[in-house]
Amino acid sequence: MIAIVNYGMGNLFSIYNALDRIGGDPKIVTDPEGLAGADGIVVPGVGAFGSCMDQLTRFEGSLLRAFQEGVPMLGICIGMQVLFEGSEESPGAKGLGWIKGNVVRLPDGVMIPQMGWNSLSIKRPVEMLEGISNGDMFYFVHSYYGRPVDRSVVVATTDHGVEVTAAIAKDNLFATQFHPEKSGAKGLKILENFVRCLHC
Amino acid sequence: MLARRIIPCLDCDLGVPGGRVVKGIEFKQIRYAGIPWELAGRYYEDGADEIVFLDITASHERRETMTGVIKKTSESVFVPLAVGGGIKSVEEAREVFNAGADKITLNTSALKRPELISEISDRYGNQAVVLAIDAKRRYGREEGREIIETPEGPCWFECSFYGGREFTGIDAIAWAKDAVSRGAGEILLTSMDRDGTYDGFDIPLTDAVAKRVRIPVIASGGCASPDHMLEVFQKTEASAALAASIFHFGEWNIRDVKAYLKERGVNVRV
Repeated sequence: MIAIVNYGMGNLFSIYNALDRIGGDPKIVTDPEGLAGADGIVVPGVGAFGSCMDQLTRFEGSLLRAFQEGVPMLGICIGMQVLFEGSEESPGAKGLGWIKGNVVRLPDGVMIPQMGWNSLSIKRPVEMLEGISNGDMFYFVHSYYGRPVDRSVVVATTDHGVEVTAAIAKDNLFATQFHPEKSGAKGLKILENFVRCLHC
Repeated sequence: MLARRIIPCLDCDLGVPGGRVVKGIEFKQIRYAGIPWELAGRYYEDGADEIVFLDITASHERRETMTGVIKKTSESVFVPLAVGGGIKSVEEAREVFNAGADKITLNTSALKRPELISEISDRYGNQAVVLAIDAKRRYGREEGREIIETPEGPCWFECSFYGGREFTGIDAIAWAKDAVSRGAGEILLTSMDRDGTYDGFDIPLTDAVAKRVRIPVIASGGCASPDHMLEVFQKTEASAALAASIFHFGEWNIRDVKAYLKERGVNVRV
């Protein structure tokens, strides 16, 4: 079972349907207790960093425990940003801090939010990116992006005025700034990789 | 760099069970094109970057049919879905988002009550609110209007509402700028002069709006061939091109259109 963390931010239909489509056995989980026994955990997210963290706080302990136990985890969009220590979007709000570094605003002079399909530049081949090639396009919707202190966690970037972190990997954690559930067949491929990782 | 998007548009008549996709000519004559979720599925497989559903019946009782269409579509279509037609409140927008829509498009209701734009964008984000503008050329140099030079002479653009049946007296370019300040995240810009004519996009209109707003503009109305898409991408900063008839009636396949554009140097997702 893959637990989709429902912390009250936005609709989870798309990610649920996408995981269901590829045989991922998704379950929308509304309480931290629901994470126990999950083979994998997806942290989705839309909205502002601060309000996401407000809602996510009650899951913090259970998520950390699962992360330390090695349960495969997938963060998407704001679900990736909350892994960092904080964000320019919501000064004062603390992120989960599993990835050292901050979330910063896209530079002036580019279209904000970045909304649309942009191509990946793969920095490090990882299992989660199997079947994905340099230049493959994914769907992005965001105004901020994560900038990790340790650049080695960055596995893919995209170009939107600056080099934008598009995907990170650290131990059993994988996260994307883009939306795999809205990125057509290539997006589904990443979700399939995630499902396969649950059993390896 | 962001790719230029190709967006098929499904005008839906929801007066029949499951709904049906129709296409009008110059906002009038109607032709039947297929079942909404089936067409959406086909366009997804063909490489559509996004799909727009417009409820042209737009009365309250039809909304349940539309949410049904979106739910069904989102089970097998994994690109962004935008839904419009008759959404007048945050509550109605919520129903559509909850059915699986990523964006809603507003037209008449926003013209009548502009606060609706910020009410929805405050709650769901700017990226979730598309302002649809149906614009018609009014020739002459009218005082107080944004005058655009066109090969046919100088004109301003008037916003229409109620599906092109009534005019507002509102300047479309001024309205676009106002809507951006209120939190619209994207503009779906339809030329009423070109819609259904197969004469190509209204380039001066698209260029004028795309240059004046810092949000994506979707060009719409008049597309009959990949050449028209090429033209709008070469001559304007439009982020996306929307078309209906050329896809519905089998004249062009989205995959072929994208290959055509890519060969000619347009950055598209193939």
